[in-house]
Amino acid sequence: MPLRQYQPTTIMIKILKYSFYDLMRSRWSYVYFLFYLLLGFVLLFLNNELSKAVITLMNVIIVLVPLIGTIFGVMYYYNSKEFTELLLAQPIKRSSIFLGQYFGVAGSLTMSLVLGLGIPFTLYGLFQSNAIWDFSLLLITGAFLTLIFTAIAFNIALANENKIKGFGYAVLAWLFLAVIYDGLFLMTLIVFEEYPLDNLSLMATMSNPIDLSRTLILLKLDISALLGYTGAIFKQFFGTNLGLVMSIFMLFLWTIIPVWRLGYVAKRKDF
Amino acid sequence: MIHVESLHKRFGKNEVLAGLELNIDQGGIFAILGPNGSGKTTLIKTLLGMVIPNKGTIAVMDSPVRNKWKYRQDINYLPQIANFPGNLKVKELIAMIKDIRQKPSNEQKLIGLFGLEPFLDKKLSNLSGGTKQKVNIVLTFMFDSPLIILDEPTNGLDPLSLIHLKELIFEEKAKGKTFLITSHIMQFVEEVSDEIVYLLEGKIYFKGSIAELKTKTGQSNFEHAIAAISTHHNHD
Repeated sequence: MPLRQYQPTTIMIKILKYSFYDLMRSRWSYVYFLFYLLLGFVLLFLNNELSKAVITLMNVIIVLVPLIGTIFGVMYYYNSKEFTELLLAQPIKRSSIFLGQYFGVAGSLTMSLVLGLGIPFTLYGLFQSNAIWDFSLLLITGAFLTLIFTAIAFNIALANENKIKGFGYAVLAWLFLAVIYDGLFLMTLIVFEEYPLDNLSLMATMSNPIDLSRTLILLKLDISALLGYTGAIFKQFFGTNLGLVMSIFMLFLWTIIPVWRLGYVAKRKDF
Repeated sequence: MIHVESLHKRFGKNEVLAGLELNIDQGGIFAILGPNGSGKTTLIKTLLGMVIPNKGTIAVMDSPVRNKWKYRQDINYLPQIANFPGNLKVKELIAMIKDIRQKPSNEQKLIGLFGLEPFLDKKLSNLSGGTKQKVNIVLTFMFDSPLIILDEPTNGLDPLSLIHLKELIFEEKAKGKTFLITSHIMQFVEEVSDEIVYLLEGKIYFKGSIAELKTKTGQSNFEHAIAAISTHHNHD
């Protein structure tokens, strides 16, 4: 028996493949894909202009992609419990099982997003337009948000045997980062309005993946003038190449930390 | 084959394994018995690396198992509750496990033996409990591994399949394989096992042949001997 067939990465890719096909077969992947397809066509039809459609799209993506990533992540984890238990008794490294499943889910969600939005925009002449960079950035941040929130969801599900609790915590995590965080941020700005808050604002924005994605896209779209003084400061930072690199780096960090933790916790858990 | 030293495992406040020591030599059928909650399944799961012990060491085929996974190549495991991904077909599940294990397998013979051909294209969620258990048995016995662990293998089986299962076990034993079996059906245990490992309160309370057990408890009937061994302990 050649040993290389037991390489952890090969097996991880096999598990990724099975999870991916499993999801591709489920109705929900199609619903998600068709939703974006429809959204793309409707927005283009209503806006009649690529760059404006991109802005509207951003507002939807920034909130919806994390929510879908969270819900799919939690649901998939609990639904594939039997599959996981079957795999645990096989000669497979634990991290291969969980990372394979995670990338299967995140991959299929990202594919639905990219294809669902890509098709209508391409048909509309995206490649001949200037909006292609903005659109690509939108898809890249969308992919990052999927990876980040699916990983957070897997972490939460792994820590909670009880489905209802796990589901609740995951939705709370999404609610916090998508809505409550901004509220707290705004309150802080109002309470401390007499102090210079530029750096605090930058830090606060960098440490929430949803805010970070939003800022990144808004500034690329060059509508920072609408944001006044703060906008100018943000533009100074995020508008530069350094800002872009820093932002992408932060998104990477937001992806890597939960994914690493997933492998770490899975290794120590009893099944 | 298997060496377990001072194995401890607690789940919260519940101490399931309390310094368990166990040595199992190669070849033969070992029945792991004990009252409910005595730690049988936990012991098996620690051998498989599914449950991580708090203390103690386990070696399977002379290699320590902690944080290892390759040693599971040499183990076939039949889980207690046959829960499979429901949206897979039987033949897809078999193909998947083959793809993961990458070992020669003889599933065709086993599918024939248990009459599973009509179910190959059915989804696992649509199978009855007994049929699922047969699929479970096929998945367990289709690879050639020196150690075979069966957790309640008789669950839901009809009499004919039970006979086939026993034949299968004896056939593999004749090839020098080692079996660990848990079961609540004492008649089955008496028929197949060479040695009894009796667990009580997270320790091995008795290990020996059925004849030795009968002498120790002064009972001529195996089922009564097993019953006596636990009450015997209570009077100590």
